[in-house]
Amino acid sequence: MVPLSYYLLLSGILFVCGVLGFLIKRNIITIFMSIELMLNGVNLSFVAFAAHWHALSGQVFVFFVMVVAAAEAAVGLAIIIAVYRTRETLNVDQVNLLKL
Amino acid sequence: MAGAINLLVQSHPINSALSLIAVMAALAAEYLLLGAEFVAAVQVIVYAGAIMVLFLITIMLLNAGAEERTKGSRVAILLGIPGVLIGGVLVAWTLLNRSNTQAVPIGALKGDPKDIARLLFHDFLLPFEVTSVLILIAIMGAVVLASRPRAVASGLRKDG
Repeated sequence: MVPLSYYLLLSGILFVCGVLGFLIKRNIITIFMSIELMLNGVNLSFVAFAAHWHALSGQVFVFFVMVVAAAEAAVGLAIIIAVYRTRETLNVDQVNLLKL
Repeated sequence: MAGAINLLVQSHPINSALSLIAVMAALAAEYLLLGAEFVAAVQVIVYAGAIMVLFLITIMLLNAGAEERTKGSRVAILLGIPGVLIGGVLVAWTLLNRSNTQAVPIGALKGDPKDIARLLFHDFLLPFEVTSVLILIAIMGAVVLASRPRAVASGLRKDG
């Protein structure tokens, strides 16, 4: 028996870790992984609330969030590859122009 | 949680990716604990399988090295760390003391794939179909973006 608040606490910690990584990291791939971490934190709270209220819709929403995360990862990594081809760098400080 | 912190601490992206896999596996275990077997399976397959393989392939393809450290600004250190500490303590205290939620029993939720499928294909049919269109668009966008610019240009010329 684990109280709901523990799950919410873990979910919040995961989300804050994602935000921190998004803010302090300089590597664009690591920033992307931080976004995935945030999505996972939200997913955990979704499932925890679904278990708490005995509602299955929460799990369906987690499914949709995962699908969107997968699509976003595919497009984002493609963008990263395109950026790396044109600029030869992964450091976001040096990518400051959208055009070449 | 240790994996999540490790993701922040590691400077090399490969190490970050491996710690992210650890986080995914731990989350799948959490879902199993909550009784959501379907979500746990999808978590392992989609996240720990597909997305992380995508990340690792990109890291290896781009030959990403360790990132260089930048000095954080002094204001961020002076204000940020106490702010984060105070906020974290407040949230933890509120969640642990003020919430009168009862405990979630382990395996309480009927996370039957059958029930989820009924919900998914009856009540959420339209979002499901929209999702498939989204994935199609994402695939096309990824292919167009990752293909070499010259190949895209010649393909357009061939089409037009």
